[in-house]
Amino acid sequence: MSPASDATSDPLAPDAAPPAALAKTRPFYWSVRRELWENRSVYLAPLTVAGLGLLGFLFSLHGLPHAVRAAKVAAAASAALPADAALAKVAARAAGSLAIPYDFVTGVIFLAALAVAIFYSLAALHGERRDRSILFWKSLPVSDLTTVLSKVAVPLVVQPLVVFVVVIPVHLVMLAMGTAVLSLNGLDPSVLWTHAHLLKIWLTLPYGLVVLSLWYAPICGWLMLVSAWAKRTPILWGLGAPLGLCLFEYLAFRTQYLWQLLLYRLRGGFAEAFTVGGEGRVPINGPEQIDLTRFLSLPGLWAGLVFFVACIAACVWLRRRREPI
Amino acid sequence: MTCIEARGLRKTYGKTVALAGLDLTVDEGRILGLIGPNGAGKSTALQAILGLTQYDGELKVLGRNPWTERDRLMADVCFIADVAVLPRWLKVSEALDYVAGVHPRFDRAKAEGFLAKTTIKRASRVRELSKGMVAQLHLALIMAIDAKLLVLDEPTLGLDLLYRKAFYDSLLNDYFDRSRTIVISTHQVEEIQHILTDVAFIDRGKIVLDCSMEDFEARYLEVLVGPEHLAAARALKPIQERQLFGRGIMLFDGVAHEKLAALGEVRTPSLADLFVAMMGAEAVQPQGAAA
Repeated sequence: MSPASDATSDPLAPDAAPPAALAKTRPFYWSVRRELWENRSVYLAPLTVAGLGLLGFLFSLHGLPHAVRAAKVAAAASAALPADAALAKVAARAAGSLAIPYDFVTGVIFLAALAVAIFYSLAALHGERRDRSILFWKSLPVSDLTTVLSKVAVPLVVQPLVVFVVVIPVHLVMLAMGTAVLSLNGLDPSVLWTHAHLLKIWLTLPYGLVVLSLWYAPICGWLMLVSAWAKRTPILWGLGAPLGLCLFEYLAFRTQYLWQLLLYRLRGGFAEAFTVGGEGRVPINGPEQIDLTRFLSLPGLWAGLVFFVACIAACVWLRRRREPI
Repeated sequence: MTCIEARGLRKTYGKTVALAGLDLTVDEGRILGLIGPNGAGKSTALQAILGLTQYDGELKVLGRNPWTERDRLMADVCFIADVAVLPRWLKVSEALDYVAGVHPRFDRAKAEGFLAKTTIKRASRVRELSKGMVAQLHLALIMAIDAKLLVLDEPTLGLDLLYRKAFYDSLLNDYFDRSRTIVISTHQVEEIQHILTDVAFIDRGKIVLDCSMEDFEARYLEVLVGPEHLAAARALKPIQERQLFGRGIMLFDGVAHEKLAALGEVRTPSLADLFVAMMGAEAVQPQGAAA
C-alpha cells in the first residue's frame, strides 16, 4: 500500500471523495488525553506516594500483632467493666489505632494529588505559550473554550478520580498484608476488617473528593487565570498577588477581611465538609454524619463557584488573545 | 474562487505599526510567496489570516472571519508557524492520535505513509528528533489533512539545504493539486521562486508588489550590460544597477525585451534581486536570518 501515491493519483479531483478517516472527532476527549500525556505526574505522583505508603506499611507490619492484641485486651477489659469511661476510651483508641495507617495513606495520596493540581494549574496556559506550542494547538480545529475546559477538568475531575482509583486498591493490598500477618501470628484477622472502618473511608472518599473539588475550584480558576495572563513566573503572581492585596488592605485600612476570606477558602473546605456542623471542631465519624444539604447551601461555596466561572471565562478570553512569549 | 480577501488590514502594537492598510487577494489554487524584510508585517498578516491576532479592516478567509471563527476555519486551513512549535514532550504516535482525534479531515494512513519514508520512529519524542526530522513530522501531519489553504510562515528556518529541498519537493509533489492554496513566507526567496505562481512584497505593513509569476517574468528583466552600452542602458532608467565581475547588471521594470536584447544578455531576475532593488539598503541582511 502506498498512501503517498494515493494522494497524488488524481490531483484534479480533490473534492471527489472525502478521506476515509472522516470519523467523528472528539476534541474534548482528546484534549484531556493530551493533557495527561504531557502531565504524567497527574497519576504518577499519587502512584509513587501510594507505593511509598505501602512500603512504609510493610515495614510497620511487625507491630501489628501487638496492636491487635492490645486492642483485644482493652476491648475485653472495657466489656468487663462497661461503667468505666476511661477504660472505654482506651479501648476505642486501641481499636482506632488499627485504622490510622489507612487514613494516613489516604491523606498523603490526596496531598500528592493536591500538589500536582496546584502546579498543573499554574502551568496549564503558560507552558504552551512559553514553548510556542500554542501555535501548533491553535492550528487545529479545537476552540479555546474546549481547550480551557479540558485543562480545568484535569485538576478538578481527573485528579480526584485518580485519587479514588489509587486509594481503594492500596487499602485492599494493605488489608491483605495485615490479614496475612495476623493469620501467621495465629490471630483472628477479622478484627482488622471491623476496626479499620474501610467501608466508611470508601464511602466518605468520593463525597470528600467531589466536595473539595467544588470548594477549591475558585483557587484552581485563579491559578489558571494567572497562567493564562502572566508573561513569566506565574507562581509568583498566583501566590504573591493575593498576599500582596491582603497586606495592602491591612496597611491601608487596618482590616483583614481579605485575609479572613482567604483563610476561610483554604481551611473551610475541610472544616465545612469533614466536621460536624462545619464548625471545624469535631470531625465527622462516617458517611451518616455527612450533611450535603448544609454544604450545598453555603453561600461561600456558590460565591466561590461564581468566581471560578468568571476566571474560566477570562481564561478563554485570554487564550484567544495571548501570543507566544 | 477567492481564498483570502483582505481590505485595509490594520494592526498596531503600541506605537509600532505592523499592518498599515494591507490589501491582498489570493485566489484558489495559487501558491503565493509573501516576501518582505524583517518587521515588514509578514507574520502579523499571516497571524491575522489564521485568526491568531486581532486586526482592524476587512478580512475573509474561505468566506469566514478568522478572528471569530478560528476553530471552524482550522478544519479547512493548516499552518506551520515555524519548525519549533511541536511540543517537545509529544511522542510521534501521540501526535498522530491527537490530530486524528480532533481533525475531521485528517487521513491517518496518509500521514503514516509519509512517515514511513523517513527514519522517524513512532515511539520517539519530539525532543529526541533533529530539527529536520521535526519539520518532516510536522509536514507529514499537515499534508495528511485535506485542507483548502496551507499557510507556511518560515517553514524551513534553520534547516539544512537537503531538508529544505526535500520539504518543498514533497509539498509540490505530494500535496499541491491546483485546488489547494498555499501561502508561504520565507527569507530563502531563491529556493521557492520556482514553485510560486504569485508573489507579493510587503513593506512597512503594506503590499508594495503583487503580481503573478508570469507578469513578474514579463515585466522585470535583468541585463548583463557590456561596457560599450552602459550609457544607452542607463538612459532606459534601470531600477537598479550593480557590478558583478566587472560587468554591469541592470534591472529594468517594463522595458521591452527587444530593446534590452541590444544592450547585452537578457534574463529573468531572481526575486531576491528585485526584492533588494525595491526595498533598498534596509532590506540588505543575511539571507535566512531569524525573523
